[in-house]
Amino acid sequence: MLAKLVQIITWANFAGFSPLILSRSPVLVTRSSLTDEKEGLTLDELLSQAFNGLSLGSVLLLISLGLAFSFGLMNVINMAHGEFIMVGAYTTYLLQQILAPALGGVSGGLTFLISIPVAFLAAGLLGFLLENTLIRFLYGRPLDTLLATWGVGLVLQQLARTIFGAPNVQVVSPGWLSGGFSPLPGLNLPYKRLFIIGLVLICVAAIYLYLYRSRSGRRMRAVMQNREIAGTLGIATRRVDGITFAIGSGLAGVAGSALTLIGPIGPTLGTNYIVDAFLVVVLGGVGRLPGTILAALLIGVFNTLLELQTSASIGKVLVFVLVIIFLQWKPRGLVALRSR
Amino acid sequence: MRQFFQFLLYAKKSSRLAGLVCLTLLATLLLAACGDSTATPAAVATTAPAVTTASITSAVTSAASASGSPAATSGTIKVGILHSLSGTMAISEVSVKDATVMAIDEINAKGGVLGKKLEVVIEDGASDWPTFAEKAKKLIQQDKVAVVFGCWTSASRKSVLPVFESLKGLLFYPVQYEGLEQSPNIFYTGATTNQQIVPAVDYLLSQGKKKIYLLGSDYVFPRTANTIIKAQLKAKGGTLAGEEYTPLGATEYSTVLSKIKAAQPDVIFNTLNGDSNVAFFKQFKDAGFTAQSLPVLSVSVAEDEVRGIGIENIQGHLTAWNYYQTTDTPENTRFVAAYKAKYGDKRVTDDPIEAGYFGVYLWKLAVEKAASTDVEKVRAAAKGIEFAAPEGTVKIDGDTQHTYKKVRIGKIRADGLIDEVYSTPDPVKPDPYLKSYDWAASLPKQ
Repeated sequence: MLAKLVQIITWANFAGFSPLILSRSPVLVTRSSLTDEKEGLTLDELLSQAFNGLSLGSVLLLISLGLAFSFGLMNVINMAHGEFIMVGAYTTYLLQQILAPALGGVSGGLTFLISIPVAFLAAGLLGFLLENTLIRFLYGRPLDTLLATWGVGLVLQQLARTIFGAPNVQVVSPGWLSGGFSPLPGLNLPYKRLFIIGLVLICVAAIYLYLYRSRSGRRMRAVMQNREIAGTLGIATRRVDGITFAIGSGLAGVAGSALTLIGPIGPTLGTNYIVDAFLVVVLGGVGRLPGTILAALLIGVFNTLLELQTSASIGKVLVFVLVIIFLQWKPRGLVALRSR
Repeated sequence: MRQFFQFLLYAKKSSRLAGLVCLTLLATLLLAACGDSTATPAAVATTAPAVTTASITSAVTSAASASGSPAATSGTIKVGILHSLSGTMAISEVSVKDATVMAIDEINAKGGVLGKKLEVVIEDGASDWPTFAEKAKKLIQQDKVAVVFGCWTSASRKSVLPVFESLKGLLFYPVQYEGLEQSPNIFYTGATTNQQIVPAVDYLLSQGKKKIYLLGSDYVFPRTANTIIKAQLKAKGGTLAGEEYTPLGATEYSTVLSKIKAAQPDVIFNTLNGDSNVAFFKQFKDAGFTAQSLPVLSVSVAEDEVRGIGIENIQGHLTAWNYYQTTDTPENTRFVAAYKAKYGDKRVTDDPIEAGYFGVYLWKLAVEKAASTDVEKVRAAAKGIEFAAPEGTVKIDGDTQHTYKKVRIGKIRADGLIDEVYSTPDPVKPDPYLKSYDWAASLPKQ
């Protein structure tokens, strides 16, 4: 108990101390002089900020849903998760190259809608192969899994570099997603952001239906809760593992496809998102999907809020500080799984 | 990366420890946030794990090629090329290497230098700064090359600088950078600050764009550049609408865009690097901004990068460089045609590619004037040497070992190439320490 107390005091010190360090950096100085001039947020600024938070939360959720399966449910530290996102993005690019001329031009948008399920299948298939050929031999050895999947990630990156070249490629976004919806003057909600929020809602609904309303989903939950007993009841646990990992990878593919709307498409795309994805899953409570959803939204809102008050770099640092403090208080994350 | 692994492992095994490892991660982030003074990539610098493996591979390659014969004994002169051919920086550096090789081939086709053919030794810096230093040492000591053409990021240049100085080597560096450096063993063929950033700000002010928002990636080049710009704005009656830095590789710009909207600037001065540019321009357009309502002037987006950003997202915005593929000189027409003929019709030329190309010719002229490849003699002869480069006449300034260059503001057009909208009438004298600008006197000297 005493040790715990000392720890908490150390954290508190650090949290109090960090602004002291930060204030030496020139950014915060400029920032504070800037914020002095402002008289507070207007309604449309507040609303657009809330929307930004929601929007960032939806992106975070999209990239971590897949990881919630492989890392959360299966305890596989999948460092190649970012590369599955990349596979989804390149699938979208490839489909556009192939299908666009046939389906009425690049801005038709139909190719983009088709590419989302195709990206799910492509990344899912790759995940299934990876699970069957490599990961299943490494269950219960987290360090080995971590290194192996990291290696797979590097191989996939170099493969993309060899096939598509090192520079970023371009995916033309559908015409009907350009621009934004403006319910108030000064408030602009880009259609692409709305689309991503909608896509995340669909993904979450589909996952819920699958896990809680289908036989296959019930088997999956059984295996994740207690592998041995599920096995004795006649569930093919190996096959369930393969399917779980494939679904997780497929969801990463969907994320990659959607992220072509707002981000770069290059061989190292995955590395931009992997840390955030792990952060969300750990904060949410490993193995808890509702926790992942809550964590993504919370990080999204806090990150944008802190970024608005400070700067992008420092906002991110503060988010990390908050997550650390929170994990000290609740080491199992937002939604803890009770276990014996 | 190792902290990250630990973080994950502990997060799984005992969540109590997760916080502790998070702290390590945080410390790393904090360091990065406070401005790492060693990393200065002029273009992309996201940390890619690929770097590690790549450097191992190239170490093996170098061991294999170490048995090469010592230099210039026979009828050839050895010259070195040192660029990242693998890892993140390969995106940019491979094209520069190609242009350098092309110049060497051209010179050889016309009989070489001092009657000797040039023999090129290419080394891969692998986007890893210590590897650059190691390869520079190898080129000078083992291969005994007369000169090295190479490096892109300032971090790699800073890493090889002591090697070139202590071993009396000679480096031609082809990329625009943040200034405040002058080594006797380096010739700088790219722009320093007063040949890119300072005139770009002057141009914006002359266009009535007085309220400037500074947006950059969080490392030393954008921070140095923006320190200079702020001093310049203060002296010349501009105002600072805001200043914002995002981590390298950042892909989320909605909050930054909200801040920009609230600040209502006339123009954004963009020193973002790498992938962040793609995310920023895509989201910028979706937020309802256009090149007419709020132009963005970028200093790290050239023809090579436009395609990945998506032409429809960046069309009409401004750039500041010394050369564009469209630059109208007879030398450039020939250069672009030769480059495309050699490397494919889809390839484009841009500023660092061109600087990598004419650097070889400047060295050739200096060697011929000195009638020797001895570094000291070449340095002495190089003073005032002129060459009709694709960008126009470039001249070596003997005092700073930088080159005189014209500054060109460009506008990105519908096919992804860049049109010149303004150019300084004459090549600008390089001034890496901004000594000739009164307002720069207050800037901290490095």
